[in-house]
Amino acid sequence: MASLIACPHCGRRPKEEFTVKGAALARPEPQAGADAWFDHVYLRDNPRGPYQEFWHHTSGCRRWLVVTRDTATHEVEEARDAALWNRETAR
Amino acid sequence: MTSYRLSQGGLIDRARPLSFSFDGKPMSGFAGDSLASALLANGQRLMGRSFKYHRPRGVLTAGAAEPNALMTIGKGGRTEPNTRATLQELYDGLTARSQNRWPSLDFDIGALNGLLSPFLSAGFYYKTFMWPAAFWEKLYEPFIRKAAGLGEAAKESDPDSFEKCWAHCDLLVIGAGATGLAAALTAGRAGARVILVDEQAELGGSLLSETATIGGVPAAQFAREATAELEALPNVRTLARTTAFGRYDGNVFGAVERVQKHVATPQVGRPVERLWRIVAGRALLATGAEERPLVFGGNDIPGVMMAGAARSYLNRTAVAPARQMAIFTTNDSGYALARDLEACGVALTAIIDSRPEGAAPGLYKGQARILTDALVRDAHGGKSLSAITIARQGRTETLRLDGLAVSGGFSPVIHLACHRGDKPVWSDAQGAFLAEDRKGLALAGAAAGLSGLAACYEAGARKAVALLDQLGIAATAGSVPTVEGDIVAPATKPLWSIPGIRGKAFIDFQNDVHRADLALAVREGYAHVELAKRYTTNGMATDQGKLSNVNAIGLLAEARGVSPAEVGTTTFRPFYTPVSFGALAGSSHGKHFQPVRQSPLHGWAKKNGARFVETGLWYRSAWFPRTGETTWRESVDREVRTVREAAGLCDVSMLGKIEITGKDAALFLDRVYCNGFANLPVGKARYGLMLREDGFIYDDGTTSRLAEDRFFMTTTTAYAAGVLNHLEFCAQALWPELDVRLASVTDQWAQMAIAGPLARTILQEIVDEDISNEAFPFLGARAVSLFNGALKGRLFRISFSGELAYELAVPAGYGESVADALMEIGKPKGLCAYGVEALSVLRIEKGHVTHNEINGTVVPADLGFGRMVSAKKADFIGKHMLAREGLTAGNRHQLVGVVPLDPAASFRTGAHILAKGAAATLENSLGHVSSSCYSPHVGSTIGLALVRAGSSRHGEEVMIWNGLRGEYTPGRLCDPVFIDPENAKLKI
Repeated sequence: MASLIACPHCGRRPKEEFTVKGAALARPEPQAGADAWFDHVYLRDNPRGPYQEFWHHTSGCRRWLVVTRDTATHEVEEARDAALWNRETAR
Repeated sequence: MTSYRLSQGGLIDRARPLSFSFDGKPMSGFAGDSLASALLANGQRLMGRSFKYHRPRGVLTAGAAEPNALMTIGKGGRTEPNTRATLQELYDGLTARSQNRWPSLDFDIGALNGLLSPFLSAGFYYKTFMWPAAFWEKLYEPFIRKAAGLGEAAKESDPDSFEKCWAHCDLLVIGAGATGLAAALTAGRAGARVILVDEQAELGGSLLSETATIGGVPAAQFAREATAELEALPNVRTLARTTAFGRYDGNVFGAVERVQKHVATPQVGRPVERLWRIVAGRALLATGAEERPLVFGGNDIPGVMMAGAARSYLNRTAVAPARQMAIFTTNDSGYALARDLEACGVALTAIIDSRPEGAAPGLYKGQARILTDALVRDAHGGKSLSAITIARQGRTETLRLDGLAVSGGFSPVIHLACHRGDKPVWSDAQGAFLAEDRKGLALAGAAAGLSGLAACYEAGARKAVALLDQLGIAATAGSVPTVEGDIVAPATKPLWSIPGIRGKAFIDFQNDVHRADLALAVREGYAHVELAKRYTTNGMATDQGKLSNVNAIGLLAEARGVSPAEVGTTTFRPFYTPVSFGALAGSSHGKHFQPVRQSPLHGWAKKNGARFVETGLWYRSAWFPRTGETTWRESVDREVRTVREAAGLCDVSMLGKIEITGKDAALFLDRVYCNGFANLPVGKARYGLMLREDGFIYDDGTTSRLAEDRFFMTTTTAYAAGVLNHLEFCAQALWPELDVRLASVTDQWAQMAIAGPLARTILQEIVDEDISNEAFPFLGARAVSLFNGALKGRLFRISFSGELAYELAVPAGYGESVADALMEIGKPKGLCAYGVEALSVLRIEKGHVTHNEINGTVVPADLGFGRMVSAKKADFIGKHMLAREGLTAGNRHQLVGVVPLDPAASFRTGAHILAKGAAATLENSLGHVSSSCYSPHVGSTIGLALVRAGSSRHGEEVMIWNGLRGEYTPGRLCDPVFIDPENAKLKI
């Protein structure tokens, strides 16, 4: 866990201000089918290396972020607004 | 034969004598003394008793690694056990007490353990106290804890204050010796933002104990001049008395500053300790090296001391550790002490040098006898060293003396470089474990294995330049000042085992682990470094093996016939030295432990005599006792009856309130609730169920449409924050294309429920609009004008109690006066205040659920809400997983009511439901009682329960079983709605 997260809106802030939700996954389409939904809700990769997660700047700007952090080194490579991530990546 | 104060020299201020006491005995020292040096100056070499064998112990070091001289300082709530006397500055009036002895330090009954030592070997506890198992908790453990122990924590609360803060810098320098000062000066002069921390009271590190000169002035003076220059630089912050205790992700360091631990009475308004979190662009470890003890018999007898420590006491505090000394060394550093002892006039009998070749030629010009290729095999004495036995070339010789200084080489202090999981690397050339430079972190000077002041100074400056260069800050190292009298001790081959030892040869002084224990661990198959540590407890004391770990590794390597590189180290973890709970807690204690949330109606509740209950951070009014009511139940029963028969007023302000606005607000709600909201007309409220993506219910509440593009949502009290987070997630991460905005307005509104048959009559007196059933029917929601236009509020015709009821919201600041007015108006009609206990009874009677039922395992159909789930909507959170087979099966746990067969009998929430006649086992449990209360309406205890296939079991007789209390109550399952199942009361 990184000590500081560079929030794109607030700058570097202590991790205690944030809440982690878990893997940043795009929500399947409604008609995606039972298997896709099961995967989405229950199955997670556990990679060694970069991993994208939803982080909420709960005690700050209250924006949801997609934080890319390395599970081995704990380095945070990127933190971007989740809305931006959704528009550019998730679909 | 003992230690004493020299008549001159040292950095102590002889003009400022200080008095203190040790075990009640008055003593005196000088400003500049540590508690340890002051005790030595008073001839007090016996400073403690050891952990297990209660052996007499004296001070071994002059710094943070001290394993023996641990004392209890202070009185009352300021009592601090396990204080290292070596780091405790002396102050006037200091009271110190020795630990782990009874009845006294001189005569300690526990020392009998020493005689029992053949039975107290490593693994003794594991082997001996196995049986009978029940004895462990009651008998063995308390006994062992009392017999083997450290100081005791105070029972009183700590009267002092603590604080936490952040700091940011380009370069953090840890350690202010020659290396650290050079680095800080270099970086400071270049204009970089520098923080320099050092655990000692004065910056300077080993320079304060040196006799060498730097740039023509004594080393200590050089340190003071450097400190003055640094303190004058606006871009440099120096923190003395500050221990950097941990390195964390992102190059953030934890440090604790002992602001007022060196004064008798701390100033009020200032913290005694301050916890720093330092964000370092780059960090330089200039933490120096720890001198290693040597493992010979009786190496723990008071009078045996590390050579560097002896030098420090001699030069810094003008204390001679003994009258007749010898030095046992494996390297040239021991000769620096020899030179200084002779300069101070302390008799030096011999230098015992383990190397066949002895010291570098010309290094030592003194008078002492030099024995090369010699080992100290055993030290002798009880509470004070009296002699040593030397083994040399097959012959032994005994020397009578009272002081022995020991140097077994140096272990760089690399802890902080290894805190993030990096492993140290064994260097055969250095005879030590070294750490490599990491991203953002470098080591320099003795911490990197260097010896000698000039080399350390040069390395500190050079590494600072390199680190700053990485940040794009240009700095120049400058020239190294001339050092005279510098002792450079090249690394030598480590000396692990000494043959022929007779006495106990300690490895870990603080945990009383001696060489035979380690040998036993190897013999019994625990030779792996991690196993040996746990089997023998080596390195597990409060000093975390600062002196012992490397020796243990060396001995294990020897026993296994491998290199220390192969044995490896145990894991380095924060904290480097113990940190007080006070510093970690900071200001979060007492009433500042957590914030208190008070409803805007708190004052109203208080003056109506409320008893409060803590619900999360909230103080909620639980019930309102009246004169003559002796139990809470009497009050609650009366409140419930009053609501059913007349009217009651309840504070519901703590429900979460979220304002949802925007063109797509209705569409958004359609997606977050499982039931439909898009078709909710303006001016109406609707009960909503919010699911998780896995199909289970997350939260419930009512949401009202105040305008086409404006909704007002209520959540349960407990989930208010979670629901807002969830909605924000949906709006931002899932559907950012929707035009929707969310704002928590929980604190903006005071909200009160007015419930009961007379609710409308009372409320109409303050509401300007017509609120008759026709004008404002059930589930109406609208803005209202109050008190003839004096105030605007919002009125919702919703009911949790099952009675005709309204919730009135007014701006928070008006809450108390509006509630007061309603109480006044309602008084003739019997209106009473009711609390959450009565609210709970009312809702159980009506079969309404809370998070007792919405416990993360229920889907809407389980609670009878199956038909609420929209079949028309293409998508909403939870829709897709809700269709799974297991969530639609008929034998799921479903909501039912439960009553006792005998109305006089009762049962409790949490009890299991068993089929009639079934054995009382968890396997036979059909479900459990999720809520229960005494119902004045029914006239008995009633409950809601989640029971397998419950909705088809109404009328079935069951056994209600509370296994914890051994209670069995025959009961009957029934419809969960105990009152007005037709909802007639809501629509009158």
